[in-house]
Amino acid sequence: MRGLELVLAEVPLFEGMDAERLELLAGCASNVHFEPGEVLFREGDEANAFYVIRGGTVALEAFVPARGGMTIETIDAGEVVGWSWLFPPYRWHFDARALAHVRATAIDGACLRGKCDDDPALGYDLMRRFAQVMIERLQWTRLRLLDVYGRDDS
Amino acid sequence: MVPLSFVVRERVQETLDTWTLTLEPLDGDSPSIGPGQFVMVYAFGIGEVPISVSGPPDRQGPVLLTVRAVGAVTEAICATAPGGVLGLRGPFGTTWPISLSHGADVVVVAGGIGLAPLRPVVLHALEHRQEFGELVVLYGARTPRDLLFLAQLEEWGVDVTVDAAEIGWHGKVGVVPKLIPGAVFDPARAVAFVCGPEIMMQYTLEALRDRGLTPDRIHVSLERNMRCGLGHCGHCQLGPTLICRDGPVYSYETARPWLEVREL
Repeated sequence: MRGLELVLAEVPLFEGMDAERLELLAGCASNVHFEPGEVLFREGDEANAFYVIRGGTVALEAFVPARGGMTIETIDAGEVVGWSWLFPPYRWHFDARALAHVRATAIDGACLRGKCDDDPALGYDLMRRFAQVMIERLQWTRLRLLDVYGRDDS
Repeated sequence: MVPLSFVVRERVQETLDTWTLTLEPLDGDSPSIGPGQFVMVYAFGIGEVPISVSGPPDRQGPVLLTVRAVGAVTEAICATAPGGVLGLRGPFGTTWPISLSHGADVVVVAGGIGLAPLRPVVLHALEHRQEFGELVVLYGARTPRDLLFLAQLEEWGVDVTVDAAEIGWHGKVGVVPKLIPGAVFDPARAVAFVCGPEIMMQYTLEALRDRGLTPDRIHVSLERNMRCGLGHCGHCQLGPTLICRDGPVYSYETARPWLEVREL
């Protein structure tokens, strides 16, 4: 195994994935670093990658007119940032900014989509794994929508 | 049971709507209050509410109460300036079983004002640090402006998250159960203490179970409409239990059936 395959094998998102598929992923991957405050991507830009965070924290941010910028969620080491590369029109819906020095593995979305088109079983496997991440984040978002710490509930 | 008069010695504003009051008895000694126990606090002429004690446990010092102003009585309590007098009855209820975690990792998970009743556990564990393994404190609040005990959170090494934040907040944004998978403790030897809004506790308990903690090693503090504090009036009944008398602290193993029922 090459280095990046070993790195990806340790990521919860890819837990249990066989070596052959990890090798395919690693073929689209590269290591990247971001300084504190540096932007990984901006809302509306082309979504051409996703990031497996290996160290540091990334903030997903949205600009709310007349209110300013809000942090929607923070993503820590071991988690993944970005699924807009999976779906047309392949545009980011939020900004992503490094809160501290971030070490990450970037995976080229166009490269991976090509491999998924060639190997639908790989595509299905990846879709299931990303769906799990989406469901988890949806559940956490629902919990926050309940405003459990509001005046009436605590 | 007649309330005893306590004078407010100090009043510290924690957040926009939450204050910590330091009280001393007008006559006699302060009662020794166990971690997790509550007192009935009487704002004279207005009403009485149950408030968990947030000071160091099991010692006869001033009584510390952290109170969120959410209604007429709590607003009156929070507005009581130093020199003002409040009535106290108690202490009542069961305590956090800290002794069960001797030699084990201690995991404290708090949401919102729920950090106040857990503060005695944290203070005790810090004071007797050598008796415990890892001390993990996970705390969720609505926004950075709603964080309690701000000056102490860093000192305690608390992992903080908020539900919403403006850009410029350099901490975490997300729900408190999300912190559990990454927390450093040994599930086989950890004991967890959980307090917060019930829906937050349910997600937290699920996350703790997913980490491998068994229900008998998880303890929760429940809240209902406590009135008499003595188990007589029945206002705080939850299923077969009266929370003022048998709680508010329960083993999750005991409380689980009641928490999983939509209405009791």
